[in-house]
Amino acid sequence: MHELSLVAALFETLEEKAREHRAARITVVRLKVGKLSGAVPELLESAFETYKKGTIADGARLEIEEVPVRLRCRSCGGERLDVEGSFACLVCGGRDVELLEGRDLVVERIELEADEPPSSS
Amino acid sequence: MTRKEVIVMRDLLGTNKQVAAEIRKELRARGILSVNLLSSPGSGKTTLLEALADRFRGRRRMAVIEGDIETERDAERIRARGVPAWQITTGGACHLEARMVGKVLGEVPADLDLLFIENVGNLVCPASFDLGEELRCVLLSSPEGDDKPKKYPQAFLTADALVLTKTDLIPHLPFDPAKAAAEALSIKPELRVFRVSALRGEGMDELAAYFVEALARLRSGHA
Repeated sequence: MHELSLVAALFETLEEKAREHRAARITVVRLKVGKLSGAVPELLESAFETYKKGTIADGARLEIEEVPVRLRCRSCGGERLDVEGSFACLVCGGRDVELLEGRDLVVERIELEADEPPSSS
Repeated sequence: MTRKEVIVMRDLLGTNKQVAAEIRKELRARGILSVNLLSSPGSGKTTLLEALADRFRGRRRMAVIEGDIETERDAERIRARGVPAWQITTGGACHLEARMVGKVLGEVPADLDLLFIENVGNLVCPASFDLGEELRCVLLSSPEGDDKPKKYPQAFLTADALVLTKTDLIPHLPFDPAKAAAEALSIKPELRVFRVSALRGEGMDELAAYFVEALARLRSGHA
């Protein structure tokens, strides 16, 4: 359950972005969570709900896009791999595979509201 | 009132990665090999470090950073072997983060060879946090069972070496070390696999040699 640490890092980013854009509140937070990122979406959601109270994102909705694992076989270039089982290439059976996607944990975008028109950007 | 969408595209672990990169740079500059030990609770991390302390005594200077949720117990065990140790108690957190290691770094003696970081016993959360280590070793003890790698793929995916511990118990258990190794290697083909019994000394020479070779590579600038 390291999701609370991840959400604490998320709020550092949210507060920085809110200051930068002079936002009164953040309404939507969108994350991309890789299947092999080590974070569990449900736990991120409950940590977010707990953490957001009294912050700039108090009323915000958390959206999570789960990013599937994408690998490439270094032997044949195939991108169909047995992620659940052997991690081997389904085309040639090769085991020398490269992980292209599915490990990242990224704040993709946020939506925010300002009470007055922002003076910059 | 104005609404606006802001594209952020920022790695949630970005700050940790940054701090870890600074630690790695500093330790490399000081010629210290750092090793992050990851495993479930009770798979023998501290016992392995005690055995390494005995093996390196008078040959290599080692120190240990101990991560635990509570108590100084592990650091005391290491100090009893004549090795400097710092205890980081995370107060509930299930993993170490680079910032915690960074705070201790100033106290680490300059003339050190090897710095081991014993992570909080947990095969899940610590895998996500780079501590600025040069090598990551994941331990799997025979009583845990040979089916663990696929249940906790991230730990094995991010490791450089797999250390199968408590091999002296294998005759009494339905544990197949070849199966455990094959399963881990299917996740990470580059893994170096060691079989050790820290209590009996079996396999300790090979593991100690692995660290000494890695230290030599680091100091020759080919880390």
